[in-house]
Formats: sequence, structure tokens, C-alpha cells
Amino acid sequence: MTPLLAIRQLTMDFGGLRALEALDLSIHPAQTVALIGPNGAGKTTLFNCITGIYRPTAGEARLQAADGRSTSLQGLKPNQVTALGICRTFQNIRLFGHMSALENVMIGRHCRTRAGIAGAILRNRRTRDEERQAADDSYRLLTKFGLARHANDPANSLPYGAQRRLEIARAMATEPRLLLLDEPAAGMNAQETQALDRIIVRLREEEGVAILLIEHDMRLVMSLAQRICVVDYGRKIAEGTPAEVRRNPAVIKAYLGEDESMEAHA
Amino acid sequence: MKAEFKKSLLAALWFMFLTFPITVVRVNTIERTVAWRWERLIWIGAATFILSFIWRRLLHRKQTGRREVSAGEVRPPSRWKQMAADPRLKGLALSAAALCFLVIPLLFSWNKTILVTNALIYVVIALGLNIVVGLAGQLVLGYVAFFAVGAYSYALLNYHFAVGFWAALPMGAALAAAFGLLLGFPVLRLRGDYLAIVTLGFGEIIRIVLENWNALSFGPSGIDNIPPPGFFGLALTLRQTHIAIYYLMVALTLLTILVVHRLQHSRIGRSWEALREDETAAQAMGIDTTGAKLSAFALGACWAGMAGVVFAAKQKFINPGNFTIWESILVLCIVVLGGMGSIAGVVLAALVLVILPEALRVFADYRWLLFGALLVLMMVFRPGGLVNARRRAYAFEPSAPEKSERP
Repeated sequence: MTPLLAIRQLTMDFGGLRALEALDLSIHPAQTVALIGPNGAGKTTLFNCITGIYRPTAGEARLQAADGRSTSLQGLKPNQVTALGICRTFQNIRLFGHMSALENVMIGRHCRTRAGIAGAILRNRRTRDEERQAADDSYRLLTKFGLARHANDPANSLPYGAQRRLEIARAMATEPRLLLLDEPAAGMNAQETQALDRIIVRLREEEGVAILLIEHDMRLVMSLAQRICVVDYGRKIAEGTPAEVRRNPAVIKAYLGEDESMEAHA
Repeated sequence: MKAEFKKSLLAALWFMFLTFPITVVRVNTIERTVAWRWERLIWIGAATFILSFIWRRLLHRKQTGRREVSAGEVRPPSRWKQMAADPRLKGLALSAAALCFLVIPLLFSWNKTILVTNALIYVVIALGLNIVVGLAGQLVLGYVAFFAVGAYSYALLNYHFAVGFWAALPMGAALAAAFGLLLGFPVLRLRGDYLAIVTLGFGEIIRIVLENWNALSFGPSGIDNIPPPGFFGLALTLRQTHIAIYYLMVALTLLTILVVHRLQHSRIGRSWEALREDETAAQAMGIDTTGAKLSAFALGACWAGMAGVVFAAKQKFINPGNFTIWESILVLCIVVLGGMGSIAGVVLAALVLVILPEALRVFADYRWLLFGALLVLMMVFRPGGLVNARRRAYAFEPSAPEKSERP
């Protein structure tokens, strides 16, 4: 089976600093892959390279498009990457703070709707129908993420956990086939993390969306990921099933030093 | 209270000390005398103390007020807000306002009508700038350039090709929009302060070109004898023409409000607001930021162009002196004071800021000083502007019971 996303020999330099070095990674449809590694290992840089925010120095990422053809993400702008079916969340929440939760999700619908300037001014039937449809779709998404009662509240007035969920809802509104989650559980308590766990499982099973997850919460990673990729200093040091990675001496060394086991850390 | 008293006293003393050399001592070099005007020191001290005390009281009240809200339960919406939310009252208020504008020429003198026409021109320009600054969040300082493009396009098209007013109106708008794109392309990568500086330069370039390119624009001497708009071929006196232009401006203002309102609450308007909130996130969520920025520049500029055409027709004479940086600043003041992204606020602020200085001629010299003070006060006490832009609330059937549970 061809992978949904194939990253080949991706390298990213910032001046003299090599943030990513010849990284290979494949993600298959509906698969959940976790990307772990110490702080500064290059995880978020990889996200930025995939989504077009950075231009990789060398190597490329290819996406299996909806029609089965393989498209290079090389040189595409972030909005073009999103239109192809890859969407992300941000490590430090980046919602549109003064817009309502519903409008935030409706922004996600932007690239799947068409109304132009003339339609907006004339407000013809097609534009109104599309607008109503976008609002309804967005509301349904909010309901799914347990945010319906916040629909008309400004996004920055939502509780922290709700803001994290809203970011995922907004990303899901773009109808991605690959969802990139950047530390979705950061700052969450155990209960919120559990709720997040259930949401991600449901996304995978009901929507069939593939997920690439950066996360430091090892319990979440171990429960969700089918495969784990460990990076350190921009290099992939291990890849495999959770059980394999847990036993990998290189990983243990990178994370914990020599003696401790990974469970102790989690 | 006590601390504020002490701080104000200190501020007064410090200010008295600072201003002592310039206000108290006067050296008369001819008669070789030194005049000591101690009474001035007392006035300065007293005024500083009172102003500082009021300032500190207001600040204190603002801070404690905020604390009460965050600690206690949600405050019930004020009576004013409840009234504003009632659609019937809103409709009544809007129709009353519309009626007021319709009868102004009948009730007031000719000059006052012209003044209100001027104010309406600023309403249209400010609503245009509101798209760029208030909605899309792109701080543009040289906005008056588009106004100049509109005015000059009517004046020149009429001079060279005898183009009539009604044909020039859309052409002026289109030309201004084209200049909006022209400015938009090079500044696509700029944000914040850098964008402000470049657009400021753009505004000055347009003015300086108009001032110096004699062959094109007749330089500083301007263009005279610009014909007023024709109204159904009627032969109107000067006075009647001005009243007709007034009604034309009322209609144009209503059109602007309608179009800007519709744009704001559309897919395009949402993408502009997302751009304002967070450009990187907006692009990552699939918004073509290039297109959104350019469309904001073009659609913002076209209103200034249209207002420029009317301005030229109303003034009969234009020269580059009509389009200085101060006009840009005035329009920006209007948008900021009114409330970024709020149509009602911008309309209100434009009327206030254009009509009030005329009414208070006594303070004419201090106009900009007062504007500055007003801006500072607004930023501290009401940063959202006169009228806070309210978010549109969406109603959904299944959410109705859930909503009533909320406090």
C-alpha cells in the first residue's frame, strides 16, 4: 500500500543550525503516528516543513492526493497544502481570539466553500445556501467536540481545554485526510487528556483521518499511536511500534539517561 | 484615595518645577528687567493636580470595576445593551436616524447642509478604510491617496474627455481600486509598523506627483471648473445643486453601509478578520492570504475613490493641498475612535469628528491637540472604540434548550 504522506530525506537548515537531517517518515491512511523527542529535537520544525510554513533545504514530502496521484508539497503555500488535505493545530494555541467559536470553525470551512466578492455583495441564493451550510456544518463539528454551548462566545473567553478542542475542530473543518496535532494535551489535566484521547480515537475510527501527533504525555502516546518515531537533534533515532520503541536503548538514553525505564517517566 | 492624592500632589510639584523657567521667569533684554510671574505657577500647579487626580481616580475605578466582574458572577446585561439587542427598537432608531438625514436640508441653512455633506464624504471614506484597518487589520496610513485618485480621475477625465459625473463615479472607484492593488502587491510581505511606513510613503508619493507633474495634474494650481453632477438634465441653481449632492451623498452612504455590512458578514469578511487575528493561523487554515489582502486593499480603496469623485464635483476646484497626510490621519482617527470593524461606530465617529470642529470654531487651533487627547483617553478607557464591534450570533434549533441553561 502506498503511504498517504511520504517524507524523504527531509533536511532543514537555519543558517548554520541543522534542525532536521535527512528525515524519512511514512504515514499510511487512517494510521496514527506519534512523533516524540526531547524539546528542540525538531518536531515542530517538521510540521512547519510539511505545512509549507518553512521551505525545506533538501528532500521533499509527497502526498497521495484524493484522486490517487502523488503530489509533491515542495514549494506550496500553507493554504494550498491545507486545500490538498493536510491540516494542523498549533503548540501554543492560535485561535482567532475575537471571533466566536463557531466563526473559528467556519474559517476552517473557507477552503471548501466558494462564494466570492460578487456573491457576498449580492447575497444571491447560492451564497446564502452555502453560508447556511457552512454554519450548519460548523455547528455539527462543535457539537461533536462538545463545544456547542460555546458556539457564540469569543474564542479567547473559552476555558483552556475547550480552546484546545476548538483548534482540533477548526482543523477538522478543512476536511483533512492527515491531521497534524502539535502537543494537543499540553497543559491539560488527567481528565481533559482522557477526553482528548477519546476524541482522537473517534476521529480515527469515524472519519478515517490519519494523524501525526507530537506529544510529551507518554501515556497518551502509548495508548494512541500505532507507530512511534523518535527524533533527537533533528535525526530519527528510532521508529517502530510502541512496544519496540519502549525497549529501544537509544530512545531510553536520549530521554532518560541510562538506568530509568520509560514507564517511570510517564 | 490617599495614595492618589499624594501622587497627584507630587506630579503637580514636579510639573511646576519643570515649567518654572518657561512660564514664570521672563527676561526683558531691552529694559534689562526680570519679571517673576508667580501667579502662573499657582495656576499650573492647581490644574496639574486636578487633572492628575481625575485621571488617577478614573484609572482606579476602571481597574476595580474590572475586578468585580471577573470575581463575581456574570453581570446582567445593562439596560442599554438590552435595548440595543431588541430588533424593533433598533429598526425604530435606524429609521429615525434616516428621517433626520432626509430633512436636514429643509431645516438647516445651506452651509450646514454642505457641512453634513462633507461629514458624509468622510463617513464613506472611513467605511472604506474600516475594511482595510478594522477588518483585515492592515494598518494603512496613506489612505487619502485613493481619495485623491478618485477626485483627480473625475477632474482629468472631465477636462480631457468631457466624461460626465455619473460615468466618472464607477471609473473613479475602479481606478482607486487599481491603485489599491498597485499598493497591495509590494506590501504583501509587510506587517504592522513596516506596512504603516510604506503606505505613508505611498500617500505622500501620490500627493507629490500631483504637485509636481504639471503636464498631468496642473501642479499646485489645481484644476478649476469641475462641473457638478447632472440630475436628470434639470437646470439647478447652485443652492439646489448642493442639496442634490447632499441627497446623493446620503444615498451613497447607505449603499456603502449596505455593501460593507454584507461583505463583513460573508465568507470574504470572515477571512479578513481571520487575517487580522492571526495571519499565520489563517493561512494554515486554508485562507489565501495574498488574495484576502489584495481584495481588502482594492475594496477599501474603491470607496475612497468614489467619495473623491463626489468631492471633486462638490468643490468644483481641487488641488493637491486637499489631500495631505492630515486627511489620512483624520480618517484613521475616525476608524479608531469609532471602533475597528464596527460600522455604526465609524459612522458616528465620522459625524462627530467632522462636524464638531466646525461647531467649536473657538478651539480650531487646538483641533489636533484635542484629537490626540481624545485618542489617548479612548485607548485607555474604551479601547474597543465608541461602539464595540459586536459578533454576529448564530441561532441553531438544537442549541435552544442548552442556551437557556446558561446564566
